Amino acid sequence: MTSKTVLHAKHVEAGAKMVDFHGWEMPINYGSQIEEHNAVRTDAGMFDVSHMTIVDVKGADAKAFLRKLVANDVAKLEVPGKALYTGMLNEEGGVIDDLIIYFFSDTEYRLVVNSATREKDLAHIAKVAADFAVEITERPEFAMIAVQGPNAKEKTAKVLDDAQNAAVEGMKPFFGVQAGNLFIATTGYTGEAGYEIVVHNDDAADLWQKLLDAGVAPAGLGARDTLRLEAGMNLYGSDMDETVSPLAANMAWTIAWEPEDRDFIGREAVAKQRAEKSTHKLVGLVLESKGVLRGGSKVVVEGGEGIITSGTFSPTLGFSVALARVPRSTGETAQVEMRKKLVDVKVVKPCFVRNGKSVI
Amino acid sequence: MSNIPSELKYASSHEWVRAEGDGVYTVGITEHAQELLGDMVFVELPEVGDEVDAGEDCAVAESVKAASDIYAPITGEVVAINEDLEDSPENVNNDAYGDGWLFKVKASDESELANLLDAEGYENTIDED
Repeated sequence: MTSKTVLHAKHVEAGAKMVDFHGWEMPINYGSQIEEHNAVRTDAGMFDVSHMTIVDVKGADAKAFLRKLVANDVAKLEVPGKALYTGMLNEEGGVIDDLIIYFFSDTEYRLVVNSATREKDLAHIAKVAADFAVEITERPEFAMIAVQGPNAKEKTAKVLDDAQNAAVEGMKPFFGVQAGNLFIATTGYTGEAGYEIVVHNDDAADLWQKLLDAGVAPAGLGARDTLRLEAGMNLYGSDMDETVSPLAANMAWTIAWEPEDRDFIGREAVAKQRAEKSTHKLVGLVLESKGVLRGGSKVVVEGGEGIITSGTFSPTLGFSVALARVPRSTGETAQVEMRKKLVDVKVVKPCFVRNGKSVI
Repeated sequence: MSNIPSELKYASSHEWVRAEGDGVYTVGITEHAQELLGDMVFVELPEVGDEVDAGEDCAVAESVKAASDIYAPITGEVVAINEDLEDSPENVNNDAYGDGWLFKVKASDESELANLLDAEGYENTIDED
């Protein structure tokens, strides 16, 4: 039994190839994944991300609750609309999920979590919330469209009304604002400028069509994966999961260690790993010769072994890149087992493309 | 439904074979196969002069999704390869039976052709997938 987003008919109409994505029937591509990828890097593309789970948190204890729930510190958020990327950890320091939190006030926040982890996330959130005066509300009545690319904002502006355009005027990255019937955020999963737009289910198909008419190309989950990998953004379930420390997933920057007395879930375990330097690290791999690095492949480095957590052909760079979890001792080169042969690869920081340009 | 030209022969592993005369046969992968694989990013071909056996893996089609072995449908010597695929692997997606051809084999035993499927036989195998 698969679920469908309210945009399902629009995908089929556009000739999408639909696949089962963790119980959701989603477009993998609309013909060519690479063309969709390039549209986002050079112009504007849009993704249906309505399968993602929106959870609103309200109440007197909302701030205290989130300071317990996640590794980053929502107390850093002072300007209404500001967003924060963070991990939600278990007591062992593994990542239950990664999420974005939007701040409206100390008593009102919005969380966007992954769809594949929806049930366990909601269960965990409810369990932790039991000790706080907060109200947790899932918002399945909303769809979400991500419009991304160098021309994304300009093309989106054509479909917004004057008040909405005024509301997003000059909005910095990683902010969100409720503007009329839309919640518009300068977030994304591609390494390009653009918006993620939360829209009521009843209005979603109309907004999608208007964006299409404004010249925004529909892009599927295939392009979404190559874009986020080029941007060095983690995919939950591939690059980290409940058995992986955020320190081994390039998420150390999402942990707020100060103030020292903030007792977020998983703090003790991760603090110990940090002090002992006991975890692997996440790096980028680059293969400039033929072939494609693939998730699950063994990585051989001096003094140990690691694993590719995500790998793909990079359409922007024209060769293959990967994220890999490897021993901390890993230097500037490694070897990857590809089709039974060991192939030399370069080790780089886990980020390959930003704003259409190589950053290797 | 994918296009399966009736004048070609097929292997159940999704290669097509076209007779060019003088015992030379062009080999490619079917439209159905390229649809399954998605956008092609690299195609590794055999070398001209290589001897291949029917059923031997002799090329690799690597797409955004996966690397897939390509098997020689017939035994013989590779007499030509499609060098354009080096720069334009997308030809396999856009024109699987034309510009997306992979290599040509001079058959050493043309009776092997009888082991391949006709269009209808191939269509039946992909219906079972």
